[in-house]
Amino acid sequence: MNRIKLSSAVAAVGLLAACGGDPDPSQYGPNPELPAQQRGLLPSMAVASPAGWGDQRPTVPQGYTITAIATDLKVPRQALILPNGDILIAEGKGGKDAPALRPKDFIAGYVMEQGSSTTEGGDRLTLLRDADGDGRYEGRAVFAENLNAPYGLALSGNALYVANQDALVRFDYQPGQIRASGPPVTVTSLPAEINHHWTKALAVSPDGRRLYVGIGSNSNVGERGMAVEENRAMIWEVDAATGFHRPFATGLRNPTALAVQPGIGQLWAVVNERDELGPNLVPDYLTSVRQGAFYGWPYAYWGQNEDPRVRPQDPQKVAATIRPDYSLGSHHAPLGLAFSVPAMGANFAEGVFIGEHGSWNRNTPVGYRVVFVPFRNGRPAGAPIEFATGFLGEDAARGRPVGVAVDPRGALIIVDDLSNTVWRVAPVRPQAAAAPASVQ
Amino acid sequence: MAAEARTRRTEAIHPVHAVLLAGSLPLFLGTLLSDWAYGSTYEVQWANFASWLLVGALLFSGLALLWSFIELLRADRRGRRNVMGFLLLLATWVVGFINALVHAKDGWAVMPEAPILSIIVAALVIGAIWFAFSGSRSGETQ
Repeated sequence: MNRIKLSSAVAAVGLLAACGGDPDPSQYGPNPELPAQQRGLLPSMAVASPAGWGDQRPTVPQGYTITAIATDLKVPRQALILPNGDILIAEGKGGKDAPALRPKDFIAGYVMEQGSSTTEGGDRLTLLRDADGDGRYEGRAVFAENLNAPYGLALSGNALYVANQDALVRFDYQPGQIRASGPPVTVTSLPAEINHHWTKALAVSPDGRRLYVGIGSNSNVGERGMAVEENRAMIWEVDAATGFHRPFATGLRNPTALAVQPGIGQLWAVVNERDELGPNLVPDYLTSVRQGAFYGWPYAYWGQNEDPRVRPQDPQKVAATIRPDYSLGSHHAPLGLAFSVPAMGANFAEGVFIGEHGSWNRNTPVGYRVVFVPFRNGRPAGAPIEFATGFLGEDAARGRPVGVAVDPRGALIIVDDLSNTVWRVAPVRPQAAAAPASVQ
Repeated sequence: MAAEARTRRTEAIHPVHAVLLAGSLPLFLGTLLSDWAYGSTYEVQWANFASWLLVGALLFSGLALLWSFIELLRADRRGRRNVMGFLLLLATWVVGFINALVHAKDGWAVMPEAPILSIIVAALVIGAIWFAFSGSRSGETQ
């Protein structure tokens, strides 16, 4: 673990009480234990330095295989499965315009850089094709380029929507197409000033008429001033035809992935919560998104727990804060969300897969994996189950999961923005339906 | 006469040392005033100003501290008398550095430690400057 030297030095002279062991407390589910706020003289920080996969592969459950279906991408983030089975990958690196405002920003920026790919972002969409259905994606083409840090992807009919860091754009898409027929049309521009949290998550309603865009905050907890938080930390509802938009839900610090629940059309989000309140605060979460609801940022967290770092305070906002549905644990950094299908196998038939990018703001890293949160009757039921692990080795990070996507034929696509790889996890197929004994 | 002039030169505070030492005072004072302005207005830009002024103050006082330390090592008469000035400057820098760590917290989390430490460190640096400059003056009268 590449601990920060400054941290060790200060800890050595005994100034730091908050430092030391902070094991993952399994802070999962609807009622997580929330410890007291703590912050030593130095925030706890540890980033794993990157290392290649070599012959290693992520670990997946028995009965499943994992293969790398694309490597050497240019910082891949999110994936979209197209109706013909092709996979679109959004590649890019945004947020470069966020100025370092304080001495601390230079140090924190350096720390986070240690855990990221040094590759230049592609600002493009890459299409992967498995023409013969053998699970090997032998075809690869650049579908579109010269985008601006594309992240969220959604398809509705012949409209392919891409959420750049500054605009929601639309391509015309015909089944089987491997290259966009022209430049995209802008549906609406998106808040892009500073872009501290630059990723724009995207989902489309089942009828294709409304789009949902996740817009992250411009700071950890309002320390750049609330003026720059106009239209930030919220989910927009965008009219697909006109581009008109309104806030759908607010107070979501960084809604990094959105998904619409199959069947009932409910919108779900994973949200990255705030830092520097301790290794086990504040839990990142998975939640169904209630229209018009306020989820707390920056005034409160996990319901009406006030954040004392915000001035001026707003007791009305604190009182209006609602609790999210399901804690994923503090600092896990969920960046991917996808609903499963029965073809994923009996143990993973109903629920969501979540890609956890992994922590930097605690001493013992957490996350760096893909988990499955089981659902029953359309709601989360039970603790998260590890689905893909091994991204964090003994002393180095081999990969960091971002987007996840479920291929309805029975495969999970995992996008890894550290090793610039796209992984595919699929159940081992029985030789024939009549010979189930051949499975493992 | 020549011997007396040389003695005077070594005993007066060097102009660069003087600039480094005295120059840190307005920076430390600016930190304190910016902390006060943030505390009374909630305008975060004042907290940013405080952080940067403190970095400047630590740079100036750090170089001055290094200068004093080298003078101490050379152990001439003026250096020996200035142990007190050196210790005060060392304390200034250590408390100032802790203050910088406090200033790295987000928003109101710097309160109330930031202005308290800024007052202490401003008092310490005034003491360090007092000893350094009064030392050079008494050196002239010898």
